[in-house]
Amino acid sequence: MNRSARAQPESPLSVEDMRVRFATEDGIVHAVDGVSFDLRPGEILGIVGESGSGKSVTAQTLMGLTRSSNASISGSVRFHGTDLVTASDEQLQSIRGREISMVFQDPMTSLNPVYRVGYQIIEQLEAHKEMSDHEAKERAVELLASVGIPNAKERVDNYPYEFSGGMRQRAMIAMALALEPRILIADEPTTALDVTIQAQIMKLIQQLNEERGLAVILITHDLGVIAEVADRVLVMYAGQIVEQGSLDEIFYDPQHPYTWGLMGSLTRLDQPPPDRLPQIGGAPPSLLAPPPGCRFRPRCPHAFEKCGELPELEERFPGANGHADRCWLEPSEKREKREVEGRIGLGAPA
Amino acid sequence: MEGMGQFIVRRLIGMVVVLFAISVLVFLIFNVIPNSDPAQRIGGKNANQQLIDRINEDWGFNDPLPTQYVTMMKKTFTGDLVSYQNQRNVVDQIKKGIPVTFSLCIGAGIIWFALGVVFGYLSAIKAGRAADRALTILALIGISLPVFFLGEMLLYYVAFKAGLFPVGDYVKFSEDPLQWANHLILPWFTLAVLFIGFYSRLLRSNMLDVMEEDYVRTARAKGLPERQVRLKHVLRNSLIPIITLFGLDFGAVIGGGAILTETVFNLPGVGLYAGQSVASLDLPPLIAVTMFGAFFIVLLNTIVDIVYAYLDPRIRLGTQAAT
Amino acid sequence: MAKGDPLIEVSHLVKRFPIKQGLLIEREVAAVHAVDDVSLTLHEGETLGLVGESGCGKSTLCRAIIQLLKPTSGSVKYRGTEIVGLSRKDLQPIRRDIQMIFQDPYASLNPRKRVGQIIGDPLSLHGLASGSQLRREVQQLMDRVGLQPEHYNRFPHEFSGGQRQRIGIARALALRPKLIIADEPVSALDVSIQAQIINLLDDLQDEFDLSYIFVAHDLGVVRHVSDRIAVMYLGKIVERSPASILYDRPIHPYSVALLSAVPIPDPKVEAERKPLVLEGDVPSPVDPPAACHFHTRCPWATEICSQDEPPLAEYESGQAAACHHPRNVDSGMVAGATVAPDSPESASDTLPSQTEREPAATR
Repeated sequence: MNRSARAQPESPLSVEDMRVRFATEDGIVHAVDGVSFDLRPGEILGIVGESGSGKSVTAQTLMGLTRSSNASISGSVRFHGTDLVTASDEQLQSIRGREISMVFQDPMTSLNPVYRVGYQIIEQLEAHKEMSDHEAKERAVELLASVGIPNAKERVDNYPYEFSGGMRQRAMIAMALALEPRILIADEPTTALDVTIQAQIMKLIQQLNEERGLAVILITHDLGVIAEVADRVLVMYAGQIVEQGSLDEIFYDPQHPYTWGLMGSLTRLDQPPPDRLPQIGGAPPSLLAPPPGCRFRPRCPHAFEKCGELPELEERFPGANGHADRCWLEPSEKREKREVEGRIGLGAPA
Repeated sequence: MEGMGQFIVRRLIGMVVVLFAISVLVFLIFNVIPNSDPAQRIGGKNANQQLIDRINEDWGFNDPLPTQYVTMMKKTFTGDLVSYQNQRNVVDQIKKGIPVTFSLCIGAGIIWFALGVVFGYLSAIKAGRAADRALTILALIGISLPVFFLGEMLLYYVAFKAGLFPVGDYVKFSEDPLQWANHLILPWFTLAVLFIGFYSRLLRSNMLDVMEEDYVRTARAKGLPERQVRLKHVLRNSLIPIITLFGLDFGAVIGGGAILTETVFNLPGVGLYAGQSVASLDLPPLIAVTMFGAFFIVLLNTIVDIVYAYLDPRIRLGTQAAT
Repeated sequence: MAKGDPLIEVSHLVKRFPIKQGLLIEREVAAVHAVDDVSLTLHEGETLGLVGESGCGKSTLCRAIIQLLKPTSGSVKYRGTEIVGLSRKDLQPIRRDIQMIFQDPYASLNPRKRVGQIIGDPLSLHGLASGSQLRREVQQLMDRVGLQPEHYNRFPHEFSGGQRQRIGIARALALRPKLIIADEPVSALDVSIQAQIINLLDDLQDEFDLSYIFVAHDLGVVRHVSDRIAVMYLGKIVERSPASILYDRPIHPYSVALLSAVPIPDPKVEAERKPLVLEGDVPSPVDPPAACHFHTRCPWATEICSQDEPPLAEYESGQAAACHHPRNVDSGMVAGATVAPDSPESASDTLPSQTEREPAATR
């Protein structure tokens, strides 16, 4: 795996100033507010953030899954010359499941309980390809076997309730891979699973990425999972990207105070526990009325006057080379301050 | 399927218990309500005390209640049960009414299920728009229209004034299928309207719930055409509770829910017979008709449970492990 | 690491959920072995962590300890008094001393009640406070757990997830309990909020002399709060250990795998780690594998593991593990191992005989 892939050919997916708003009874929710990024070929791009950070909405909007009468979506998502924001429903349908696939958080509810697992894979194959039922079923068995489901030939006729959680997530992945897509979007694929099963599923996703060159967008709240598999990371907070960079940059040279806070509040199994967990005070802001200026300002211990103005996501020090953040502090100040927060800069990047 | 035989046997036993309980209940109620003295009824208006005494003796009305009950049940099952009012054989009367009641209920059932599903589906996929609002208003009107009112209105305006359909009565299917249908169209709709409104509302809200399910999002993410998503994933899953409800309602309609419709349109079905027996406080037909109704309700309940297990594979698992 | 006298002593606790079938008379055809001969002790002021994956019986064990579920057999002593089989009335004072906090702060609060009422209910139900005194106490509690006392009249839905968990904690604290059983109290919360709640629980422990039984699947969280940890697999305790030692030297292969499965949020460390990834799923608790339940997934299992149930062996390090092929032990430790007095009754007396070859994978 090439962890610091810099010079790259054309990006398979390019997001430009994506904004998603939902009209609700309480008012307009600014779920995603100006998100831009490029996915590089063959990389695993991690998007981390807490609930309400807009990471899942971002992922679903990439495939047009947030389209509804109460949603307003702007910006662009370029995929091989098509803008998925303005694409027709038919265009989207031909891309979904064939070019871009998605795996969701809860395998317990993501499969239709009344259809056999095999049928749900066959259905997808037949939606995109001319195929006899027999061929489609053979392919479904192959796919289930390829993601490590034992006795795939018999299991293909099982209903989802006859599968364990881990097997269901494997089936979801098999389904996502059915037509050999170029991009896999995995939205919290292991959050609902037990740790030993989580390890199996992450290993599988990593293998697919390495063996097939599948580009993966991995959405998670778990920095451990990110450290395990991602090449690049976007950190989201309150509907915006607050920092982006390579895996090492984010972990060993984090620029945004929210990223520091996130790192600090982790419990690490390989180190003795601190007496007290560092914590970020307060709670994420309501997306009905996000705070003016920097979104993290109300919870940020380092906020100053300038933070009343919203900082752009940009490179803020010489040689940043793609490592961008939204924070007004001087880079030198940042390095000083994050040391004070302890447990960060766990080791300078080599 | 393992356990199915057991399940049916258990249900049959349950059915016997239910029928027994219901017959006892009707029998007891009849014996405590005032002005229900059967000897009076048999003897007619001008019967003297002597006649009444003799009737009481001959018909066994002086026996203790349990004995009377057993006698009546025996007669019910041997087909010898006779009305107190007009001494006609009750089982024959019911047999005569069955084709009429079935014609009415099956026709109405097909109409209400089909229209309920179509309206509910349209309402759900157009949720919030004009078509949905219009269907909502229609459904509410349908739910709030009483059968006797709607029936009389249709009879008066559509059948009598406009002359589009015959005014009441029944023609046997075997005699003239066209006339059979022609005579039944108004009753079918009268009986179905309430259910159409109710079912379309229920299906609409079920579908709106199911549309929020993760597996529907999965179906979209797979690139299935929207129509297929709606029919195979949203509608299919939303129909499960509707179908079970249909079974229960259908049983209830056969088992007595059609009384009003049959009375308004003067259809000689089991319901009309039941209505007349209630009016004359005639115990034997009442007990038989009630048991007839209960039988169908329990039967349909059992069928519903079996169909439900078929429609929703999770049910077949039986006991799930708890943690 | 015992801090005080035993507060809770659980011995040979069994909880089975029968699966019934039958025509008229239902008979038991099988049973879910949710808790299968578990013994543990909790001392005053101590925090006992309970870890394991879904279906391992940890939640059932908690409910059986506080008699929300009637144990099938076994004993639970609270301060030396047997509480299994006590009547409702006799349990009342004990229920005051033992409170529970649940995973889902959304589901465990009555949405139609005001927060003040939710927190004050235990007090008024036990007749401990009323009127203005009740209000004052509740507001003190709210203040203590980090809620604004002026939000007394709000409804649960007006609070965020972290604040709702604070409400749950305040309610549990109202009766000044001795023991709080926390069943996955932070797993529904965001990381930054998790840290707040854990720190709060930590502070409260010192302030109110609380003991905790802390159930979680997140091993990082459990280690942070616990003095001792018990690892459960398919209804049995497979290892129990002082928290600090467990993470450095897990003895039972399942503990090794469990620890190894948690990714370390540090890319360099993560790149060099070769985690032990277990194959397959947790078997059904209806029909658990014979002898050692873990042998079907254990990379070190041998013939004996499927024939002879290993006893809970105590080592001089203060750890105990039920395994024929213990990891991270040296020959001295193996030689000094003894069968724990509360080892399950179905287990044999076969102690591990030798140190094993090098582990196939290390954390």
